[in-house]
Formats: sequence, C-alpha cells, structure tokens
Amino acid sequence: MIRIENLTKQFKKNKAVNNLSLHVKKQEIYGFLGPNGAGKTTTIKILSTLTFPTSGMVFIDKYNVLDNPLQAKKQIGVVHQTLNLDPELTGYENLLIHGLLFNMKIKDIKKNAAEFFEFVELKDVMGAVVKTYSGGMRRRLTIARALIHRPKVLIMDEPTAGLDAFARRKIWGLMKRIRDSGSTIFLTTHYIEEAQYLSDRVGILDKGGLIAEDSPEKLINNFGKIAVEIEGSDGLEVEFFQNRAEAVKFVSTIDKNATIRGANLEDVFIKLTGRRVK
Amino acid sequence: MAQLLAIIFREVLIFKRKFVKQIFSFMVSPLLFLITFGWGFGNEMNVDGVPYINFILPGIIAMASMRQSFALSSEINISRFYWKTFDEIQSAPISNISYTAGEVISGMLRGCLAAVVVMILALIFQIGISINGLFVASLLLNTFIFSSMAVITSMVVKTHAEQGMLNNFLITPMAFLCGTFFPIQHYPLWVGKLIFCLPLTHVSATVRAALLNQKFPYFSLLYMAVFGAVVFIVAVKVIRNAKN
Ligand SMILES: Nc1ncnc2c1ncn2[C@@H]1O[C@H](COP(=O)(O)OP(=O)(O)OP(=O)(O)O)[C@@H](O)[C@H]1O
Ligand SMILES: [Mg+2]
Repeated sequence: MIRIENLTKQFKKNKAVNNLSLHVKKQEIYGFLGPNGAGKTTTIKILSTLTFPTSGMVFIDKYNVLDNPLQAKKQIGVVHQTLNLDPELTGYENLLIHGLLFNMKIKDIKKNAAEFFEFVELKDVMGAVVKTYSGGMRRRLTIARALIHRPKVLIMDEPTAGLDAFARRKIWGLMKRIRDSGSTIFLTTHYIEEAQYLSDRVGILDKGGLIAEDSPEKLINNFGKIAVEIEGSDGLEVEFFQNRAEAVKFVSTIDKNATIRGANLEDVFIKLTGRRVK
Repeated sequence: MAQLLAIIFREVLIFKRKFVKQIFSFMVSPLLFLITFGWGFGNEMNVDGVPYINFILPGIIAMASMRQSFALSSEINISRFYWKTFDEIQSAPISNISYTAGEVISGMLRGCLAAVVVMILALIFQIGISINGLFVASLLLNTFIFSSMAVITSMVVKTHAEQGMLNNFLITPMAFLCGTFFPIQHYPLWVGKLIFCLPLTHVSATVRAALLNQKFPYFSLLYMAVFGAVVFIVAVKVIRNAKN
C-alpha cells in the first residue's frame, strides 16, 4: 500500500532521508522507529505531500504522490507530529472542516464524528473550543480527525505521544481494529513496547536509512531471546543470549549488578542505534 | 466545490468567534479619518468642486476594504506558523486552485464587510452615498486583488514578523498615496506615472467615480480585472509550490 523507492531528502546541510526504500503491505501495521532526528517526520511529510523529496519516488496504493497527489491523498489519513488543530474552533468543527475537505457528506461526518468522539472519549467536549482542551485531548482529537473519512492508509507520527497509559492502550485497541477492518497503518513512536505490541513489521531508521526491518519477534530472535541488563557507566547496557543457561553463565563471570530477563524490541533498538530512546 | 466551501466556512467560523472585536477594529481608522476630515476640517476644503469629506469617503472605502482583505495574509500566517493547520489542509485532497479560491473568497468577504462598516459610519456622519453596480464591481475587484496578494505574501514570508513588515512598507504607504486622500494629478509627473501603476490608484478612481456619479474610468476597471487575474494565477502557483 505504501511504496517508498530510493527516497532522499537533502536539507541545506544534512540528508534527513538517505536513499530510503521500503514497502508497507496491505492491512499491515508498520512500525517506523528511529532515534530523534532519524528522518521519520521528514518521510511522513513527503508521504503526505507537505515536502518535496530531493529524489526518489513514493506511492500510496497505486498512486505516485508526486504525479497524482490528489488521488494519493484521498487514500490517507494523517496524524501529524504537531497538534495541528484550529484552537478557535470546537472539536466538532475541526472534524467537520476536515470531513468537507475529504468531500464527505455532512450526514456522514455527523455519524462518524459521533462514533469517533465516543471512542476517543471526547464526546462531552466536542462542542467546546479546542483551546480549552488539554494536550492529551488534542492528541486524541487529531486521531479522531484522521479517521473520520475512513482512510485506507493511516499515517501516524507519534500518535500516542503525551497520552496517559490508559488512553494509549485504548488507542492500541482501536488501531488493531482498524487494521483488522482492512486498513494499513504506518506508525512512528518512541514507545518501543507499543511498536512491539502493535506492529506486524518494524523498520528501524537511523540517519535517514533503514538499518533493520522485520517482524518484532524475528528481530528479537536474531539477537537472542534472553537479555542481560548490566549497570554500566553509561546507564544500562544489554547483552543478548540465545538461552537462559548461557545468560546465567555470563552473569557469573562479571562483577556487576545484572538482571536476566526476556529480550524485547527496545533492547534490539538500543543495540542497533546505540542510543537509548526517551 | 464542497472543499472550496470548507475553506470559506473555516475562515468564516474563525472570524465569527471574534466578530465584535473585528468589527471594532475595522472601524478605528475610518472613524478617525471621518472625524478629522469631516468634523475637523468641516466644509472648509473642496477638491475639484467636491466637499473634501465626500472626496475622501471613496478613498476610505477603497483603503479599508484593501486593508482588510489583505489582512487575510495574517490569518493564513497564523494557521501556517502557529497552529500548523495549513499542514492539515495540505494533506487533504484539495486542489491548489480550490484552496486559493476559498481563501481569496473569504478575504473578499472580509474586505466587503469592512466597506459596509465604512458606509454605515458614513450614514452616521450624514454623508450621502449612492450605491450602484459599478461601485460593487470596483469593490469586488479591489478585494479580489488584495486577497490574492494576501495569499501570495502569506506563503512568501518566512515568519509572522516579516508579514508585519510587509504591511508597514507596502500596504500603509499605498493606502495613503494612491489617490485616496488627494488626486494623483497633484504629483510631479513621473511620480504620478509610478503611482498610476499601483492597483489601489484605480480602485480609488473607480469607487470615487461610482459614488460621486462622475465620468466612470472604465480603463481603471479593466486594469483592475487584468491585475486581479494575474495575481490570482500567481497565488495558485505559489500555493502549489508552498512546501517546507
Ligand atoms: N525544515 C527543515 N530544515 C532543515 N533541516 C530539517 C528540517 N526539518 C527537519 N530537518 C532535519 O532533518 C533531520 C530529520 O528530522 P525529522 O523531523 O524527520 O526527525 P524525526 O525522526 O521525526 O525525529 P523525532 O523523533 O525527534 O521526531 C533532523 O536532523 C532535522 O534537523
Ligand atoms: Mg518526528
């Protein structure tokens, strides 16, 4: 559903995206991970036509985003990293304008708005102006807005940033349901456990290029199912082992506090990008 | 079409939220001019045999509607730089021409509303005006030109502060120099020629002729139509290339 071919975006000094190629399959949740400044938002801006690439091609469904931007944009719903809402308008009016921009009938906008407001728990405040919303409420409104025209492809740049644990889990449930109903989701997040839980596949981006791409399980298994956390001078360091016996043997040889546990995607992420995400 | 309406609807809703404030701000400078030149100078001055207050009222209308339709640029700027809702609109499947037209029409509505406010003030000051088709045509073209220019500048500037500078160095001088307060025949010839190229000069001329029932400068109306068409096309092109 999303095809990125040899995409490069050069800003004056640096290459934000460097010869990136990736394919997102239909009905897949693709977790697009990477440390700060890796180029995730830049890629999403190119996908949603906010920025021209320096070179390369991008397709949404069968439409080339550069040649046929209107058709491509009809397929997508975007949650941008910024909370880009009209603060003077009410929550409902924000959705209404968006629905009209997607050529929806007012009747359908009303129906879908009721459904999504209910889901993101903003039903009581849909008539209040957005400048009275908290950060998390605004975030949830941008999610409802991206969904209201029932896009085939959902592109989300840190949709759960700033949400409390409960709201985040609720959004996870929503995303899985949307995927199961046939949509494709392209998602960035700094919550690696979220990506691990949700993603059918993840791609790890560093300095504008993919350094790993696979299902979370396979990525973890490639490094080792068992992780040993050691308290080092740079904070926690992680070593991988294929089984518990090897891990125990290793721990007995070192003279530091260490914890043995199941490896997770975050361990892999840190190993690959050499930095802890926060 | 629904998309174009969505753009207008959005601007109208935002405007509605601060309606009273806006109307008062529309009134301030026209009111000051009417007081200064209406009450202040009374009937002591005449221009070409017309009482000065009657002479400048069309200028004030031209100026107020120009200013307010151009003020659209600040609105677009705010949504571009602060709220980032311009991003949201750009990721919707709306054509560049629909978006531009939607913004331009909302700017025209703003400008026309400003003109209506001045005319209401004129009634209060008991300045007789007669509205006719040529007046409406002039007003529409005026607001069309300056709304289109507003779209262009709002995309060209890099910060909101730059927009303020443009207002200061471009719009304010034009507001005073383009036949709004005195006939451009009073300029030295070469200055007059320069001023003649500026669109507001023609707006002042057509609005004045229409309101004072003078011989109507059809050339000026044509000039405005051509100028408007050109800036609108440029505006659509600028929107097409408005990427970060
Ligand atoms: N408009 C711009 N002009 C110049 N450089 C830019 C611009 N936008 C982004 N960059 C640079 O491009 C690189 C990638 O930025 P991007 O926003 O895509 O990162 P990201 O992966 O989304 O990071 P984060 O996790 O912090 O959101 C960064 O080095 C950033 O400084
Ligand atoms: Mg980002």
